Amino acid sequence: MKVAYWPGCVSRGFTPELHGSMAKIAPLLDIELIELDRAACCGAGVIAEHNQELADTLNARTFALAQQTDGEMMMNICSTCQGAQSECQERLDANAEYRESINRHLSDESLRYDKGLTNKNFLWLLVEEIGLDALKAKVKRPLTDLKVGPFYGCYIVRPVERLGVDEEHPRDLYLHMVIEALGGTVIDYAGVYKCCGFPIITMNKQASLGMAGRHLGDALDAEADCLVVPCPLCHLNLDLQQPAAAKVVGRELGMPVLHLPQLVGLALGLSPKELGMSKHVVRPTSVVDWSASVVAGTAA
Amino acid sequence: MPEYTLRIRRFDPQSGEAAYWDEHRVELGERNSVLDAILKIRDDVDGSVGIRCSCQQAICGSCGVRMNGKPGLACNTHLQAAADRGHGAGWDPPEEGQYNSVITVEPMGNMPVIRDLIVDMDQVHWKKIQRVTPWLINKQPVPEREYIVPHENMVDVTQTMACIQCGACVSDCLSMEIDPLFIGPAALAKAYRFVGDPRDADHFERLKDLSEDEHGIYDCTHCFNCIDACPKDVAPMSQIMRLRRKAGSDHEIKDRNNGYRHEHAFVSNVRKNGLLHEADLLPDSYGGKFHPRAVPELLSSLPTAATAMVRGKMTLGKVLTHPHKASKAVKQIFDSIDGQEQRVELNLYVTGYEDEPEPDQNAGPADKSPTFPGPDEGPEAPSESEHR
Repeated sequence: MKVAYWPGCVSRGFTPELHGSMAKIAPLLDIELIELDRAACCGAGVIAEHNQELADTLNARTFALAQQTDGEMMMNICSTCQGAQSECQERLDANAEYRESINRHLSDESLRYDKGLTNKNFLWLLVEEIGLDALKAKVKRPLTDLKVGPFYGCYIVRPVERLGVDEEHPRDLYLHMVIEALGGTVIDYAGVYKCCGFPIITMNKQASLGMAGRHLGDALDAEADCLVVPCPLCHLNLDLQQPAAAKVVGRELGMPVLHLPQLVGLALGLSPKELGMSKHVVRPTSVVDWSASVVAGTAA
Repeated sequence: MPEYTLRIRRFDPQSGEAAYWDEHRVELGERNSVLDAILKIRDDVDGSVGIRCSCQQAICGSCGVRMNGKPGLACNTHLQAAADRGHGAGWDPPEEGQYNSVITVEPMGNMPVIRDLIVDMDQVHWKKIQRVTPWLINKQPVPEREYIVPHENMVDVTQTMACIQCGACVSDCLSMEIDPLFIGPAALAKAYRFVGDPRDADHFERLKDLSEDEHGIYDCTHCFNCIDACPKDVAPMSQIMRLRRKAGSDHEIKDRNNGYRHEHAFVSNVRKNGLLHEADLLPDSYGGKFHPRAVPELLSSLPTAATAMVRGKMTLGKVLTHPHKASKAVKQIFDSIDGQEQRVELNLYVTGYEDEPEPDQNAGPADKSPTFPGPDEGPEAPSESEHR
């Protein structure tokens, strides 16, 4: 399928391995990515906090650019983008008069957002459009015996109504379902739906890293081999900041944190290196060892 | 009639015994409330189950508990709806065609337990409410007769006035979980009640106080838990964002927690680059690379940055320059909107979803309300910011 693809800022900034791994797995999943290279930052909630109309306009512009492509829908790979964009879209779609006023800001570029864009995070697209059975059929190296802790974070599961989490779309269980479909073992631990702490890293570093450290420690206690995240900002606090978080909570952590496309890529047969795992601050040793032994096992 | 299993967390701190789970089966309709089930257990089986409740109509706010992991009022949560909640049940999905009939009922979080499902609201919730001066400080002179407030101003604060002080948002606040001193969602929503009221004389002082407090408005981590927890759609987190908007944009309060600096650094970063350039955002959030408060912060971040460079996550080139620049059109959007005197804000709680065929029942007085621009005006009076 063809999608208008919004990678966000951080996946091309401090977590380049996310954008890279998505590009690697897309052809394997028959996804054609039309990158929205003219679109601007979603604002991550911060621009909306500063000026709601500004955030709504920037995102309406992104939606309009997506609607100009021949993609079936828009896809993002960042929960924070999903959450911030869903919030803006909710307002834009709810009020025609407001939508028109926002569209007026876009008229210089002859852009226009029409109500009703579908914008799905890669996780949602994977489960709802590609489907777990089709995904299973593509698995070349099942994640057998790999114990994976899902870390949803906030923006992709809350608020439930805005993000369309309901009985028909149990989006708050999709990471669980994908891990199982890839052949891995789901590890339940206290931090599954908690906040990584990233949004307050410059305001209250102690609390921010305390959150990250606590969830990583909980996953460690539950004997997870690694965590998987659908959000690069969570990745920054859980991986890049993990050594600092370990100091705050006063324990050794060493918990590898994978981006969702990396976990999928491993099961589709790509190597950890191809998926950019050497760029992680916490060496994903357990994952690499696992993949090496599985490859060795297959070869023998 | 369906049968439900209630797993109630029992605990009496006076007893010296550890907490334990008490299981009871009840036969009740799926649209009976969780409170109905608890009261039935108390009436028929065990009179010692501790729960606080009064009106049973979702008005008094006393029966806040956690049901299958999520906070809410026991009296307005249907048994089947509680059973259907996935989170608390954990990753143990029922077989195809089966449905979950087990409901765990626990006391709310972030507050000490007095007994069973009863928590000490005085120790946490009410203390925090008192912290925000929860009363009107009249502008002088007080008129001799009624103080007439413009309708749109009162509509603006109706959402926070809907709060029934049940504590559900406090229960699951993820910032408070790690920083118990955080003023928290309920109290900060209450603060907006007065910051949004034109009769109040202390808008600037209130906002300054809440910005400067290191456990104040900038301690909220945007987790949305309070929005989902609230049985009255108060959306405390949205009220906190509105407090930040007023503090940062209307009153330009440059707080010591970097809240103002971070927000403004973010906005100008995106205006300049189109996409966020993280390497600039961090120092700018502390006031710039050479700002006295930035230096220790940046030094402490050096090991993190060094590791990131070794791993190829960051390169020196990427740190120093950003490959992306904002287009003229994006800059134009920033300049024309951010430069406007009056901010436009659409509050869906007030306006409702006009394009929807059936408006949400909880969407407030949609028919009587203005559409937009919302009542969120620009700076109230220039003299206020001169107080600094």
